[in-house]
Amino acid sequence: MSLLQINKLFISFGGIRALAGVDFHVEDGEILTVIGPNGSGKTTLFNCISGVYRPTGGEIFFRGESILGLSPDTIAAKGIARTFQNLRLFMHMDVLDNLLLGRHVKFRKNPLQAVLRIRTEEVKHREFVEEIIDFLDLQAYRQARVSDCPYGVQKRVELGRALALEPTLLLLDEPIAGLTSEEKDETAYRITEIRGRFKTTILLVEHDLRIASRLADRMVAFESGLEIAQGTPEEVQRDPNVIRAYLGEESEQKRN
Amino acid sequence: MDLIESYREELQLIRKPWTRAWVGAVVSALILLPFYAPQHLTYIATIICIYAVGVQGQNILIGYTGQISFGQAGFLAIGAYTFGHLIRVGIPWPLALLGAGITAGLFGLIVGFPSLRLKGPYLAIATMGFGIAVYQIFANSELLSGGRMGLAIPKISPIFGISKITFNYYFNFAIALLFTLASYNIISSYMGRAFIAIRDNDIAAEVVGVNLTRYKLLSFAISSFYTGVQGGLYSLLIGHLEPNMFTFMETITLFVAVIIGGLASVEGSIMGAAFVILVPQLLSSYRELVPVIFGVTILIILIFEPMGLSGRWMKTRLYLRNWPFR
Repeated sequence: MSLLQINKLFISFGGIRALAGVDFHVEDGEILTVIGPNGSGKTTLFNCISGVYRPTGGEIFFRGESILGLSPDTIAAKGIARTFQNLRLFMHMDVLDNLLLGRHVKFRKNPLQAVLRIRTEEVKHREFVEEIIDFLDLQAYRQARVSDCPYGVQKRVELGRALALEPTLLLLDEPIAGLTSEEKDETAYRITEIRGRFKTTILLVEHDLRIASRLADRMVAFESGLEIAQGTPEEVQRDPNVIRAYLGEESEQKRN
Repeated sequence: MDLIESYREELQLIRKPWTRAWVGAVVSALILLPFYAPQHLTYIATIICIYAVGVQGQNILIGYTGQISFGQAGFLAIGAYTFGHLIRVGIPWPLALLGAGITAGLFGLIVGFPSLRLKGPYLAIATMGFGIAVYQIFANSELLSGGRMGLAIPKISPIFGISKITFNYYFNFAIALLFTLASYNIISSYMGRAFIAIRDNDIAAEVVGVNLTRYKLLSFAISSFYTGVQGGLYSLLIGHLEPNMFTFMETITLFVAVIIGGLASVEGSIMGAAFVILVPQLLSSYRELVPVIFGVTILIILIFEPMGLSGRWMKTRLYLRNWPFR
């Protein structure tokens, strides 16, 4: 049984069919990369899996259990964490609080302890958060307001916030977009490291094909809300459908 | 040098010795207030303490959770009348006060429901409707409001042989202090973090696992609990209730206190409460000018110091800490 199974997922906004019956699955422990041109439905897919959008039709099974139509916080509690393409951080809080919020579902919540300032839970979870801070090299920014941090750091904070949930499945929406080439390599390295260290299955959207194929065990290509190719990175990149989607068809003139 | 040795140490309410010293000084100055201040001033300080409770509650809702509400007068009225009726049937004041808070809190839950769908100005209008409706109900129901004569509230007699004014001050000061501590504790807990997360980015909050329904309603309930307690304390101090005390102007007063004091700041809430009480006192011979002053101050604050009095205070502290460097 695969970790995530998506059957005939369908969603439309007005007249636009953002997902037109997507079929694919994610195996336990793998890194699966989703590629595709702009507007092909990659982010919409993420929004459906994490519960931000409610699909019009189809099925999503996580560990054999349907998660279709559940609210985002219920899905998070089941162990699916995600990052966003355009950062969605809590800008007025410091890095530490952002990471602790990532751990929100793990807290034992007792309002009385909150009012009386009994902070046993806080201390317990702080230890794990510190582990993430070390892993992502955020020590210097621990108490910095997120809005004051440079973009590369904000990107890491968002990754850290998702990791703090100790997710079974991690959805990364363009984790290296907008980074410098050094930061890109560093993040790519970290993504492979995450799998080993946190035992996480990773589904990621990426435009940089060089890094995408380096990271991926398997690749899925999307076009206009449909998956057009699946397989190893090499297979997908050689697929004529994928080449057509990215580069377009050879012109009539040239062919003659 | 500021070294922290354990996570627990970092989670203390007041960590630095210097902060401890000046907070201690301020609190002791307030405790000794009746001994050096004229009676009139002690009375005003009492009202500020009462308002500080409600403004803190509203700041949890407006400043921390980012839900604009204009229903404060409604919760205030519900708290005040619940307290009044409970104490008139002979229930002891601590229970009556708790009852006032809980009743207002329950109404807060109900009023919070639109917040699950409505945002910003739309929510403001919906809550405003609630505030005005409550006023109308009390104004038109003699059974609830005690008729034309109003509702008389029996006062509690001073203990330890101190004067009435001193007793009222200590009573309300102690309660305000308790609520202030609770505010600090709530906002630094998982709950406060969830509130701020909803304000900063509700979609991200949901995705990390914050249940929007639960925490928005919780914020409404907590803030109305505070405001309900304010109503109870106020009715006990005044000893008399009539619906005209809970018009829309009262909502504006609390809202102004939150904005001028500074959004998302407990200290700011107290400063804001002091502001809205002191200004009408200082201008007692020009009462009609008070709304004008409030309006102009809000404009000035929003343009020059969006973080309110607490923001100014933070900047002053930073300046003093770095002095003589800048």
